[in-house]
Amino acid sequence: MTMAASAPRDPRRTGRYVYATAVFLLCAWVLGPLYLLFVNTLSSPEAVNSFPKAYVPEFNFESIEFFMEFAGMTSALWNSIQVATLTMIMSILVGAPAGYALSRFDFKGKETFRILILLTRAFPLPLLALPLAVLFIRTGLDDTIFGLALVHTTLAVPFAVLITFSLFSGIPMELEEAAWTLGCNRLTAFIKVVLPLILPGITASAIFAFVISWNEVFAAAVLTIENRTLTAFLLQNLDTSALHLKFAGGFILVVPALIFIFAVRKYLFAMWGIANR
Amino acid sequence: MQARYLPYVLIAPVSVFLGLFFLYPFYLVAQTAFYDGAGWSLKNFQEVTSYWKFPISFKNTLWLAAVVVPIQLALALLMATMVNAMKKGRDLVLYIWTIPLGISDLAAGIIWLAIFEQSGFLNSMMHGLGFIDRPTALISYQNPALIFVAIALAEIWRATAIMLVILVAGIGLIPKEYYEAAQVFGAGRWKQFVRITLPLLRPSLSTALVLRVILAFEVFAVVQALGGTLFPVLMSETYAYQFELLNGGAAASVALIILGISIASTIVILRVLRVPKGATI
Repeated sequence: MTMAASAPRDPRRTGRYVYATAVFLLCAWVLGPLYLLFVNTLSSPEAVNSFPKAYVPEFNFESIEFFMEFAGMTSALWNSIQVATLTMIMSILVGAPAGYALSRFDFKGKETFRILILLTRAFPLPLLALPLAVLFIRTGLDDTIFGLALVHTTLAVPFAVLITFSLFSGIPMELEEAAWTLGCNRLTAFIKVVLPLILPGITASAIFAFVISWNEVFAAAVLTIENRTLTAFLLQNLDTSALHLKFAGGFILVVPALIFIFAVRKYLFAMWGIANR
Repeated sequence: MQARYLPYVLIAPVSVFLGLFFLYPFYLVAQTAFYDGAGWSLKNFQEVTSYWKFPISFKNTLWLAAVVVPIQLALALLMATMVNAMKKGRDLVLYIWTIPLGISDLAAGIIWLAIFEQSGFLNSMMHGLGFIDRPTALISYQNPALIFVAIALAEIWRATAIMLVILVAGIGLIPKEYYEAAQVFGAGRWKQFVRITLPLLRPSLSTALVLRVILAFEVFAVVQALGGTLFPVLMSETYAYQFELLNGGAAASVALIILGISIASTIVILRVLRVPKGATI
């Protein structure tokens, strides 16, 4: 396929045809499995467990209703939302100032700090949950929304730093300097000039932090017992729960992700372009 | 005074946070793993590695990474070059291709379960085509190869997007002049790809590979959803030690083993794809 997409010797039209087919097939490869999940979710429990399967959904909401009424599910959903929202707020509040510092100042220890941030990506972070589980019991943070949000913030904050670093770097220093000459101090210049320009990007990286927390399974399963998040709850009940329950759960997990990726799509590449270095 | 101390004030929250929740926990993991109740020892490691499941889960984890990551790399490179050459519909195609980026590994496992379970879509399709009369259990201990394929497919489906995004961003940084020069000297598309794109993409390639390989060693929820206990991996062993066997020391030693192979492969990747000093794009 690589050859077809890039080979110049082919007659132009066949080449383009093969290229378009390849694009289409790759789109189908991504969307096909998602479509099948939707079919299963929007079918009645009987249809989900029957054979052979229909390839079009019945638009029957019994599976979803069953999911919502399943004991503990709504509270798990609510826990997930709370943890993800907290993670979002904390990772921006903690991460954005550092991103600003990296983009605007040259200071001693900047390299060490950058390495610390990059180092987090070279470690399997969810494993942190193991010792923290013990530590949290001692401090009373075990099985709490806040405790889990702290761990998820650890996962999200390096991204928040790198993303805000790239966003702040995209705004010329001169704008701020002009504001200073017009009577602003550092803080008011930041609030009046930089903040309005940066807000959409900050929102995008906040959403990214939300998704990281929303999707996280291992740490959530390790750190919560009563207050399970949706992922932890589904994981715990994987062996015992019925198929239609699993699929409805998968559906609920996927939908916000779809919306979020759509919302941040413009920033994805800006985020990662600079994060490379 | 303000301007001098301001950057340190600004990075203080992150530093404290990462110190508390990143560096300190790793110290604690190491401590738990090397401590056996009386003093420093390798007892936990001996216990973990001599358990019959360990070689299987170790092998499964490595094999999965060895199969999945190269396919993802090839696929992501292909997709990135295709996107790069695209004029119409680039945004839409990119959105579709990056959708899996937002999907959790658990959801991905469940999605592929819809295809591979006994009354699932794969069996339905084979039934529709007349290959089988009755649905057979695809994911069972009798079909270890098929479990592997299902998990590998789910992983490739889910996590290629992260590499794609990094590579597309990286390709965007390569100056167009190189390609124009190559065209002047008559280099074809393939030659341009091998001689310009690949070498200049090295920083992005190493970022993408490091990230992906580490995530591949951490594979957990996809495996739980599709294979359950039929396909043990290191991460599920860690989980089992922590919860079913309530053996924190053993869990910590498996965690350190995962950490060890992660660091080793990171070093190898960074070495192989190192950009010579002084060379810039």
